[in-house]
Amino acid sequence: MSWKEIAGYALETSRLRGASYADVRVVDDRQRMLLTKNGKVGYASDSESMGLGVRVIAEGRWGFAATQELDRESVQAAAAQAVAIARASARVKEYDVQLAPEAAVQVEWASPVRVDPFSVSIEQNLGLLMQVDAELRATPGVTLAEALLHFRRYEQWFYSSEGSDIHQTRTITGAGCAAYSFGEHELHKRSYPNSFGGQYQTRGYELVEELKLVENARRIGEEAVALHKADQCPEGRFTIILDSSQLGLQIHESIGHPIELDRVLGMEANFAGTSFLTREKLRKLRYGSELVNAVADATEAHGPGLGTFAYDDEGVAAQCTPIITAGQFTGYLTSRETAGAIGAPRSGGTMRADGWHRIPLIRMTNVSVLPGEEPLTLEQLIASTDQGIFMQTNRSWSIDDKRYNFQFGCEIGWEIKNGRLGRMLKNPSYSGITTEFWNSMDAICSRDQWTLWGTPNCGKGQPMQTMGTGHGAAPARFRNVQVGSAYKGN
Amino acid sequence: MLTQERAREIFEIVRRHSTGDGVEAIIAGGRSALTRFANNTIHQNMAEEQYQLSVRVLFGQRTARATSNKLDEESIRRVVQAAENLARVQQPDPDLLPLAAPELATGGPAAPARSFPATSAMTPEERAAAVDKIVAVARRNQLTTAGVVASSHSAECILNSQGLFAWHEQTLAEVSITMLGEDSSGWQKATSPDLTVLDPEMLAEIAARKAMQSAHPRELAPGKYTVILEPAAVLDLMGFMFFDFGGQAILDQRSFLNNRLGTQVFGENITIYDDVYHPLQAGSPFDGEGVCRKRVQLVVRGGVKNLVYARHTAEKMKKSEYAARVGRIEPTGHGLPLPNEMGEAPMHIVMDSGPPSAHRTVEQMIAETERGVLVTRLWYIREVDPYEKILTGMTRDGTFYIEQGRVRHGIRNFRFNESLVRMLNSVEAMSAPVRSSGEESFDMVVPAMKVKDFNFTEVTKF
Repeated sequence: MSWKEIAGYALETSRLRGASYADVRVVDDRQRMLLTKNGKVGYASDSESMGLGVRVIAEGRWGFAATQELDRESVQAAAAQAVAIARASARVKEYDVQLAPEAAVQVEWASPVRVDPFSVSIEQNLGLLMQVDAELRATPGVTLAEALLHFRRYEQWFYSSEGSDIHQTRTITGAGCAAYSFGEHELHKRSYPNSFGGQYQTRGYELVEELKLVENARRIGEEAVALHKADQCPEGRFTIILDSSQLGLQIHESIGHPIELDRVLGMEANFAGTSFLTREKLRKLRYGSELVNAVADATEAHGPGLGTFAYDDEGVAAQCTPIITAGQFTGYLTSRETAGAIGAPRSGGTMRADGWHRIPLIRMTNVSVLPGEEPLTLEQLIASTDQGIFMQTNRSWSIDDKRYNFQFGCEIGWEIKNGRLGRMLKNPSYSGITTEFWNSMDAICSRDQWTLWGTPNCGKGQPMQTMGTGHGAAPARFRNVQVGSAYKGN
Repeated sequence: MLTQERAREIFEIVRRHSTGDGVEAIIAGGRSALTRFANNTIHQNMAEEQYQLSVRVLFGQRTARATSNKLDEESIRRVVQAAENLARVQQPDPDLLPLAAPELATGGPAAPARSFPATSAMTPEERAAAVDKIVAVARRNQLTTAGVVASSHSAECILNSQGLFAWHEQTLAEVSITMLGEDSSGWQKATSPDLTVLDPEMLAEIAARKAMQSAHPRELAPGKYTVILEPAAVLDLMGFMFFDFGGQAILDQRSFLNNRLGTQVFGENITIYDDVYHPLQAGSPFDGEGVCRKRVQLVVRGGVKNLVYARHTAEKMKKSEYAARVGRIEPTGHGLPLPNEMGEAPMHIVMDSGPPSAHRTVEQMIAETERGVLVTRLWYIREVDPYEKILTGMTRDGTFYIEQGRVRHGIRNFRFNESLVRMLNSVEAMSAPVRSSGEESFDMVVPAMKVKDFNFTEVTKF
């Protein structure tokens, strides 16, 4: 039996039970993770998960049920359960769900992959990680070294009662390393190329080759040890320059989450929170300086981010939505259910679920700040800064439940004096209010300095779902930012 | 539901296809359902049933794991093969031990019953009825509400080729409620294996009262204040330190206790256990290798007395430079499934807040406070400094100003930057410990706390 036939049983059962709409996702999810720690294999695991989720509207409300048993009887039972759940939902409702129209499509799509990561031998992978491990620990004083490879193939078949039939395969590769150094009263960590796992993209093994982990590992170990002798980052108001990975996380927290329309509408109020970006601010709020241009772009043209796909989990095509245009707030992330709330004729195509057993939610695609139009390298940006602090690689991140007050800590910083990097600074942190911060941006580097970072672990929803998002960013400069509050008084 | 008989059948297939020196299987899963509401309306509602087979193989001193939710014979053969392919090409790990012997799975106290029919049988209609009651409270108070009503029934089984068999079955119910006013909010959450002990209406009333009392919040300048942390706020902070209480964290030198073993780390009034058998706790009485969990006294009157250990960590710790500086070194049944880079962690925390005569209710703590801040809940807590355990985060859903023994009014939310070590040296009063549930950490049995000089560094604009 084909997946289409199996899904057909669910769609037919939903219709017979009285659902006005139904969609079915069959997902085959395969992952491999290898991690080395201090010269040994710390973790080695393969996993696969396959199942079917059916989402319906009945009596104007949603119901969802999921099963891993992919036979006719189990799938029909899941569909019947989904309809029963929707009817129970209708006992407490104030309005009926209305879906923005969407044309049915029949599509096959796979994300481009030059080298299938699952085709690379485990010996080769472990050999690479051990080489990275040796370089990380080449510096005396490194007390713990970790190196990681993570591959994922996510294949999905989507069918809807409106006639859509979409088969997508996404291949994701992640890699990174970290060195820790424990001293008398301090524990420092340096990560490459990013913290919390490294860099992730919707690509193949070619990403691992391009990252040059071995070539960078020794420097990372040296910096972890050197931080013990560095001066404490001062407290006060400073000009700061953020590297592109830290700016990527800044975008995630203070642009990506506030533009989720389900949050704005109160649907996430109990857990993920709401948003300061209430609807009357659309096309009226000055979100940032004129240099700030942000998009939510799921198309291949934007790059191989973790938010790149052909169709979302409601069967809506990938799109590019302007979010901030020359500093003005211009767009939200929307779904078929929520698009009408801002008068949009069509969903922005941002609904994704983290597996067959979860419902799709509005999730960031690739929410990116576009690079500057004039050529500007990081070196030139530093050279044009009289005094300030350059901060690199996230260490801690926190923002309130309306996404307004934030604080970030970085792994390492350097003083900037007279256009040159000076002494190393430990424990750099900065804080602020979202719109004030983006309004203080007065320079951003150009396209050649821009990286599309992957955040593989964005949490949202109840039950919690983990999703990958993409964030393009180039190093950028911000004026008059509060620095060092994290250590003030401690 | 998964049964013990089915688990044994699956393991027999695993064993039949295994060519390793040893094989271990974890079979886990169950049914879960969650009804989600917002804007006084049920807006998401789901149910799932799934089971996973996770196989670990050993070839001498090499090991690896593979996992699948496909439970037919051919798929089971393939998952065993996948684990073997990963394990075969590794360098031997001299610290790897043989599989746990069957006797390690037994010998603990009898775990309290944690599977309740009412929770297991909860229907979508019953969840909707609970939501209806919560919404009625919101409407009566001219508020809107958002939250979840959830239930699950799960089973977990570990078997290995040495003959070990460990089984745990549990139900869990959850009610979480946020009440929203125009410029304020209130929150309450409770979980229990037994649905019948949860009272959604009562939780809704408390959340609604907090939302109304915090309306028109005023701004209070950042600074150091005496704070009264309700239990959810206490557990969400404390959860950040327990992964440092494993032997592997010490051996890796990534624990804030590394230079503090044998010293007075916290105040004299801080005593903490890990006790999965406590009547208010939940969870399985064995660890990721099937080893029976022990009750471990982690902190006694402010001093770190013991750590928790997986089997292999205990062996390494005995031979390490730390051996003389920690308490008894033995496998405690806190290991994570192997292979893993983390080792172990205590995750069934019970805090002892002293004799009942010393307890203070939150109301008493407020009455005994000249000037301070009452905190309902904390949000987005992250570690700023791993050695000083400086944490940052925000207050949320009910922050109040206390003056002359009374709650005066709601205040705008604060950002804090506070060292957990310093905080647990500044606890002035505690309530009786209760089962508590937050969003940043696992459930614990902890008291409310009154803490002096809590460090609020910024105030937000709502």
